[in-house]
Amino acid sequence: MDERARAATEGGPEASLAPSAAMVEASALPESQSTSVLDVKDLSFAWPAASFRIQITDLHVRSNEHWMLEGPSGSGKSTLLQLLGGVLLPQGGDVRILGESWSALTAAQRDMRRADHVGFIFQQFNLVPYLSALENVLLPCRFSPPRRQAAESGGRLDDEARRLLAALGLGAKDIQFRRAGRLSVGQQQRVAAARALIGRPALVLADEPTSALDAGNRDAFLELLFSEAHTANTAIVLVSHDANLRPHFERHLTLEGGPC
Amino acid sequence: MLMRSLLTLAWSSLGSRRFVALLTVACIGLGSAVLIVVEQIRTQAREAFTRSVSGVDLIVGPRGGSVELLMGVVFRTGTPGRGMSFESYRQIAALPGVTWALPVSFGDSHHGYPVMGTDAAYFKHFRYGRSQPLAFAAGSPFSDIFDAVIGAEVAERLGYQLNQRIALEHGLKPAMDAKHSHQDKPFRIVGILQRTGTAVDRTVHVSLAGIEAMHADWVGGRPPEAFDKLSAEEARLLAKEPERVSAMLIALDQRAAALLIQLRLGAWPVEPLSAVMPGPALLELWEIVGVAENVLRGMSWCVITVVLVGMLTVLWSGLEERRHEMAVLRAVGARPWHIFLLITGEALLLTLGGVMVGIFFAAIVLAAIESTLVQHYGLSLSAAFSGRTIAPLLSGIVAAGVLAGLLPAMRCYRRSLSDGLSPETGG
Repeated sequence: MDERARAATEGGPEASLAPSAAMVEASALPESQSTSVLDVKDLSFAWPAASFRIQITDLHVRSNEHWMLEGPSGSGKSTLLQLLGGVLLPQGGDVRILGESWSALTAAQRDMRRADHVGFIFQQFNLVPYLSALENVLLPCRFSPPRRQAAESGGRLDDEARRLLAALGLGAKDIQFRRAGRLSVGQQQRVAAARALIGRPALVLADEPTSALDAGNRDAFLELLFSEAHTANTAIVLVSHDANLRPHFERHLTLEGGPC
Repeated sequence: MLMRSLLTLAWSSLGSRRFVALLTVACIGLGSAVLIVVEQIRTQAREAFTRSVSGVDLIVGPRGGSVELLMGVVFRTGTPGRGMSFESYRQIAALPGVTWALPVSFGDSHHGYPVMGTDAAYFKHFRYGRSQPLAFAAGSPFSDIFDAVIGAEVAERLGYQLNQRIALEHGLKPAMDAKHSHQDKPFRIVGILQRTGTAVDRTVHVSLAGIEAMHADWVGGRPPEAFDKLSAEEARLLAKEPERVSAMLIALDQRAAALLIQLRLGAWPVEPLSAVMPGPALLELWEIVGVAENVLRGMSWCVITVVLVGMLTVLWSGLEERRHEMAVLRAVGARPWHIFLLITGEALLLTLGGVMVGIFFAAIVLAAIESTLVQHYGLSLSAAFSGRTIAPLLSGIVAAGVLAGLLPAMRCYRRSLSDGLSPETGG
């Protein structure tokens, strides 16, 4: 897919001239004093056989901000998340992470940058089933030295992982050491959140993280996620079709998948 | 650090598929055990073969198969055959250029161990391995007619000590009845030899005169009737010079003369004889055995191949259901080559585990068959169960295992590139 995406970037920037289908509602909010984490400019992407085109004219995410990108099913939310995370490269426009364009990096550099600065939470099946909850949380620190250092800055690595799990309501030892495959869906999502946040990445990208949860669990999950993200100074970008989530977010962007 | 994490990950992953993983390890273990056992027996057999005799330039015996002569004299396994006349022995021993000559006589046994009649000078002249002389663990060479010197294996297996009296049996198999036992003329153990790792260890050595005395009352190879029996003391008085011996060993002043003597003995006027140079003959014999050896070796590598293909199948078939797991690892920062290393690491752990189990199995099997091999062939196995012989073998297996793991690892690597972070949305 990397090859496909790279070939697609050669399609040229004419796509960016297409009229913007994105609507920024949060522009009225006061900008925080923090650094710029994610900058999207004239993003354009379409799968060869797909009926939709992803387009974002302007999106600026600063640290500590919580964004919701809302779009109907089939509008390419997951693809958008991969574009933001540098897994896919846009065919037109530019996505910058901490000021650096994904397109300017090689595949290996993107892998490293993503490991260092981006945490992911998916809809479900986030965890390696044969590892314990604790080991799952520690995984990013195994692959990213900066995140390991950041996680260790307050003490031992294990303690930080336990602290995060406890903060997300998984303080019980038997849960922390339970194999991930044996946890309930709600518990799994919270472990995934702790894992995305460990080592204080600049950005957490979440793909419908609450769709498998009931309303009560959903609200609690978001509360905990936000409060921990705040401690870590981490920005959150969540894509969802669920309008019920909107009140939780101060910033909001509606995607309108344009036809090709 | 990262490598250790990946190995830990591979370990946990295998742990989650414990049953299949253990089966695979057991298979690889059995395969490696086959290879180790075959290799061990092979190298030891060759070792025992080549080190079984040294310093003997010619073995002379009745005309016939040289292999038979060699096996009979060096390994003390064959039937004695017609033998040669003692007169021939005396004449050959007196030939110019002959340093020493030893007569040997077979045909009796003791609990399945061969009895060899010879000269007391045997203990002085005989060499094995790299010209090592025979050494006594206890006692001395025989001097009396009814004295015996036993090899280390005989002493150990049967628990014999000096001055113990033993009864020899007629024929190479344990006696079928009392008539074929020489129990009426017991021999006294006067010497116990140190272990040599050759056929000497399982030999009971007596003097030629002792052999004669044992058979003093026998007529034409038949045991005497009760009233014809002679007591040991009567036999001692009656024992005369032997008429025939089974074969003889010769050492020459100059080894180069061996060919000439061989030619001369080939045309021996008294009786048809043949002479074999043990060194070249053993090599020749080993080459015949070597074919079987290579077949064995090839088959054990086939077993390993089959086993590793089995492992490959296990790894490969697991890939599809683990696709999601790989995507998760990618999402937490694993690069595609980490995924590659993970799968290779699993193959490495499986083969390493298999090889460990293999060593264990092999040790058990070798321990179980060792006594039989020592008793019948003088092959000692445990001594050489050293890293030097099996380390290249085992690293070969591990290397082959990792190589087999490269295939699924490659597939996983490719797929982790195309799947992105989540297989559901990637395609």
